Amino acid sequence: MPRFHTPEDLETFRRELLSGRDPHKPCISVCVGAGCLASGASEVLDAFRDELARQGLEAEVDVKGTGCPGFCERGPVVVVYPEEICYLQVKPEDVVDILSQTVKEKKVVDRLLYEDPASGEKAVKESEIPFYRHQERVVIGDNIRIDSRSLDDYLAVGGYAALAKALSGMTAEQVLEEVKRSNLRGRGGGGFPAGRKWEGSRNAPGDTKYVIVNADEGDPGAFMDRALLEGNPHAVLEGLILGAYAVGSREGFVYVRQEYPLAVENITRAIEQARSYGLLGKDILGSGFDFDVEVHKGAGAFVCGESTALMTALEGRVGEPRPKYIRSNVRGLWEKPSVLNNVETWANVPLIINKGADWFTKIGTEGSAGTKIFSLVGKINNTGLVEVPMGITLSDIIYKIGSGIPGDKKFKAVQTGGPSGGCIPESMLDLQVDFDALSDAGSMMGSGGMIVMDEDTCMVDVARYFIHFLTDESCGKCVPCREGLRQMDKILTRITEGKGKEGDLETLQDLAETAREAALCALGKSAPNPFLSTLRHFRDEYEAHIQEKRCPALSCKALVAYWIDPEACRGCGACLRKCPAGAVEGGKKTIHVIDQEKCTRCGTCFEVCPDRYAAVRKISGEDPPPPLPEDQRAIVKKSEKA
Amino acid sequence: MELGPIDGIVERYGCEPSALIQILLEIQKENHWLPGEALDRVAEKLEVPLTRIRHIATFYKAFSLAPKGRHEIHVCMGTACHVRGAKRVLDKVQEVTGIRPGETDLALKFSLETVNCLGCCALGPVMEIDGKAHGKLTTAETAEVLTSYE
Amino acid sequence: MSEIRLQIDGKDVTAEEGTPLLEAARRAGIDIPALCYHEKLKPYGACRLCTVEIESRGRTRLVASCVYTVEEGLVVRTRSEKIDRIRKTLLELLLAHAPDAPTLKAWAAEYGADPDRFEKEPSFCIHCGLCVRYCAEVKGKNAIGFIDRGVRKEISFIPEIALQECENCKACFELCPTSYLQAAYVLTRSLAGKD
Repeated sequence: MPRFHTPEDLETFRRELLSGRDPHKPCISVCVGAGCLASGASEVLDAFRDELARQGLEAEVDVKGTGCPGFCERGPVVVVYPEEICYLQVKPEDVVDILSQTVKEKKVVDRLLYEDPASGEKAVKESEIPFYRHQERVVIGDNIRIDSRSLDDYLAVGGYAALAKALSGMTAEQVLEEVKRSNLRGRGGGGFPAGRKWEGSRNAPGDTKYVIVNADEGDPGAFMDRALLEGNPHAVLEGLILGAYAVGSREGFVYVRQEYPLAVENITRAIEQARSYGLLGKDILGSGFDFDVEVHKGAGAFVCGESTALMTALEGRVGEPRPKYIRSNVRGLWEKPSVLNNVETWANVPLIINKGADWFTKIGTEGSAGTKIFSLVGKINNTGLVEVPMGITLSDIIYKIGSGIPGDKKFKAVQTGGPSGGCIPESMLDLQVDFDALSDAGSMMGSGGMIVMDEDTCMVDVARYFIHFLTDESCGKCVPCREGLRQMDKILTRITEGKGKEGDLETLQDLAETAREAALCALGKSAPNPFLSTLRHFRDEYEAHIQEKRCPALSCKALVAYWIDPEACRGCGACLRKCPAGAVEGGKKTIHVIDQEKCTRCGTCFEVCPDRYAAVRKISGEDPPPPLPEDQRAIVKKSEKA
Repeated sequence: MELGPIDGIVERYGCEPSALIQILLEIQKENHWLPGEALDRVAEKLEVPLTRIRHIATFYKAFSLAPKGRHEIHVCMGTACHVRGAKRVLDKVQEVTGIRPGETDLALKFSLETVNCLGCCALGPVMEIDGKAHGKLTTAETAEVLTSYE
Repeated sequence: MSEIRLQIDGKDVTAEEGTPLLEAARRAGIDIPALCYHEKLKPYGACRLCTVEIESRGRTRLVASCVYTVEEGLVVRTRSEKIDRIRKTLLELLLAHAPDAPTLKAWAAEYGADPDRFEKEPSFCIHCGLCVRYCAEVKGKNAIGFIDRGVRKEISFIPEIALQECENCKACFELCPTSYLQAAYVLTRSLAGKD
C-alpha cells in the first residue's frame, strides 16, 4: 500500500493509477447502496461475478459494487461503462443477457431500459433519463463510478486533489476565505454560512478546536447523507480534513446514526485507509498539519441531530440540548470551539477548493449558491435522490424529474424540512427552491427531505404525525416541548378521531406559540411548524374535521365509512373473502353489502376490489347510503337490463 | 453473567467515560440486551454514577433492559413510509405476532420496534427483520414474510 | 470580575459579570417565577417560567433568565403580554400533573391560569430536576436520577444507594414543589421490604 509524504507523491501515484486503467475497458457498476441492497443488488453483483468467472472473462470485464446514484425506486441499478448504458430493476437472471448483448455485442437490452410513464419513450444513457437529465450531480455524481471501499477509485476520479492543492499552495486562512467567498450554507437544515461558522472557531481563543460531521440524519424520509457517507465516504472525509486545516483543528469526529450500519462500516474503513496512505495523522502530506478522526455511533435519538445534543452525546451523556446563547463554534464540545456541519456541507468543500468559489457561486441563486441533494419520496413516480441547482422550481422537481404523481392522482402538497418544516401547496409550485424562499413560504429547506402528498393525504393527519413523532423524540427536559407537544398530540389525535371541539384550534395555536418562543432548543422551537403551515394552507381540512366530523381526503380511519356501490358491484366476492371482520354479506350473482356494525374500517375491501369494478367507495362526514333491501340485490346481467 | 467480556469492551475504549454510549452499544450487540450486572460493572470500571448509565440506557432507543427475541422486527414509520401506508403494515405485524412496539413475545421469538426512518424511503412501506429490509409491502406480503421466520 | 450595567423593567441595575439575569433581577427586588432554579445548583433552564424579553444590538428575543448572564447595556423586560401568556400556558400544562402544588397555585392566581384547561394526568412530578441535581452536585451521592426521555421521563431512586444514604439525609425533600419525591422515596423503601 502506498504512503504519500508529499502532495507530489499523491499526484504521481494518481497518474500511475490512471495510466494503468483503460478507460475503454468494459466496467459494470452495480449500485450496492442500502436501497438497492434491499431490492436484491448483492445477488445481482454475485451473479455478475459468478458469470464472468464461469466464462473466464474476469480479466477483460470489471465489475464493482458502487455507491448510490439515487434512482432508488428502480433499483437494482446497473450502469455499463464506457457507454454509460443504464439498466433498471435488474435481476440475477438478466446478467447473462447484459454480458452477451451489451458487453460483448455492444447492443442494448431493451426491456431493462427506463421507460417514460407518459410517453413510453425509452432512455439508454443515464444522462438521457428525465430523472437525471434535469439534475446537476456535482456532489453525488461520482457515487456510481466508484467502489465505496476503494480509496484508489476515489483517487482515480480526482479525489484528494483539493487537499493536495490546499496543503501545497494555500494557507489555512486562504482555504477559509475561499469557503467564505463561495457562500456555502449549511446543508443540514439551518443554512448558516459555513465560512462564517468556521471563521468564528478559527478566531475563538484557545488551541484545541474540533470539527464534527453530523451524520445523524434523523428526518424521516431523508437519506441523502446515507448515500453520500456510504457511497463516497472519502469525499466527506476530504472536506473534513480541509475544514480542520482551515479552522486549526487537530481532532475530528464523525457522528453516524447506528441505524446506518453500512455507512458506519464504510466511513470507518475510509478513515483507516486514509491513515495508511498518510492522508490522516501526523504531518499530512509533509505540511506539518496533524489531524485525525474518530467515528462515534448514535444510539437512536432524533434529538441528537441537534448540534448541542450531538456534542453532549459525544461527551458520553444523554442527548439533552444546551442553550445556545453562546454559539457552539465558540463554546461547543468540551466547551471548546467546535465546527459542526452536515455530511453534504462537508462533501461540497473539496469541489469549492478544486474549482474555486467563483465556479460555485455561478450555480444556484444569489442567496443560496451551489446545489442541494433532495430525497424525493412519497406519492411520486420517480422516487430517489435528486441533486439540483438551488433556484430550480418545485414544479420542475416534481414533474420533470419526478414524473408527477402515480395513479393520475392530484398533487396536494410537498413537505420539506422534516419535522421542523412545513407543507407547500399547489398554488406555490412555481416557488424557486432555496433557503430563503422556503422559509418565506412557511417551511424550510431542512436537511432535504421532500415528501410529496396527493389528494388521498389528510393534512390534519400529517400535522398529527409530526407532532406525535416529536413527542416520542423529545428529550423531555423543558416544559413547552415535553408538555406542550404532548397536549398538541392529544388534541390533534382527537380531531382525527372525530372528537374535535370548538376552541381546539385556538388551544393548538397557544401551545404552538409557547413552544416556538420558550422551548430550550431548535427541536421544540420548530416543532409547531408542520401544524402551523398545514393550518395556514389547509385550514378548511381542520374545520371539516372539527365541525363536520369529515375527513376531506377520506383518510382518517374513524371518520371514513366504506360502502359498496350497487351499480358497480358484480358480485365477484373478493371483498367477502378477504374481509377480516366478516362484515361483508353477499353471494354469487348478488350485490355485496357491508354491515356497518361489524366493519372495522381496515380498508381491505377497498384494496382488493378489482380495478375494473371499483365498487367499494369511501364516504366521510355523512352516513353511507343504506344498502338495498335483500330482495333487490340480484345482479342483473347488463345485456338483460334493457 | 460473565464480566470478563464487559471488562474487555471497557478497556478497549480506554476506560473513557466519553465512550459510554459506544461501550453500551457493543454490550447490547453482544448480548442482545443490557443486563443490570453489566451496567453496574461499567459504572464501577468507568467510575461514573450509575444514574448516568441508567439514564443513557433508557434514553436511547438502541438499548434494551429486557432480553430481546431471536428476530428483531423494525417497522419504519418515517414520513415517506407513513404516507404509503406504514400503519397498515404495523397493524398486520401486531396481529400476526401478538405483540406491540417495544414488546417481545413470550417465546422470545420476535421483538417489535418502530423506527423513524431506515433510509430506504423509495421502497416504502419498509419492514426490517434482523437487518434485512423488505420493501413495498402489502398487508398480505407482511404476513407472508413473518411466517417465513422460525 | 467586572461590573456590568443593564436595565431591568426600567430600573438601572449593576451586577457582576457571569450573574444570571434572574439573580440580578431578584437582588434588585424584581421577582421572576422559576421552578428549576437553585443558587447552589448549575442553572438548568428546564421549566422556562423565568422566560424574559431582552433587547440588545437592535434585536429583541426571549431567553431563559436563569441561564442568560448579564451583558453591558442589555434592556430586560420581565413582564409583557406575550411573556404573561406563555407563563400562563406553562402553568396550565404543569397544573394538569400537580394541581395541588402550592407554588403552582399561587402563580396560577397571579397569571390567571386555569388549572382545568388541560386534561388531568396526575403524575405529580414536574421534572424540575432539583432532587436529581442536588444529590449529584451538592451531596455527590447520585442516589436518584432520571430515566427515559420525553413524556416517559421519570425520576428513579437507585435502591442500593438510597437505602443507605437517604434516611439520614433527605435534604432534597424540601426542594420538591409537588411532594412527589417523598412519595417516590416511600415506594422505593417499601418495594425493598423496608418499613
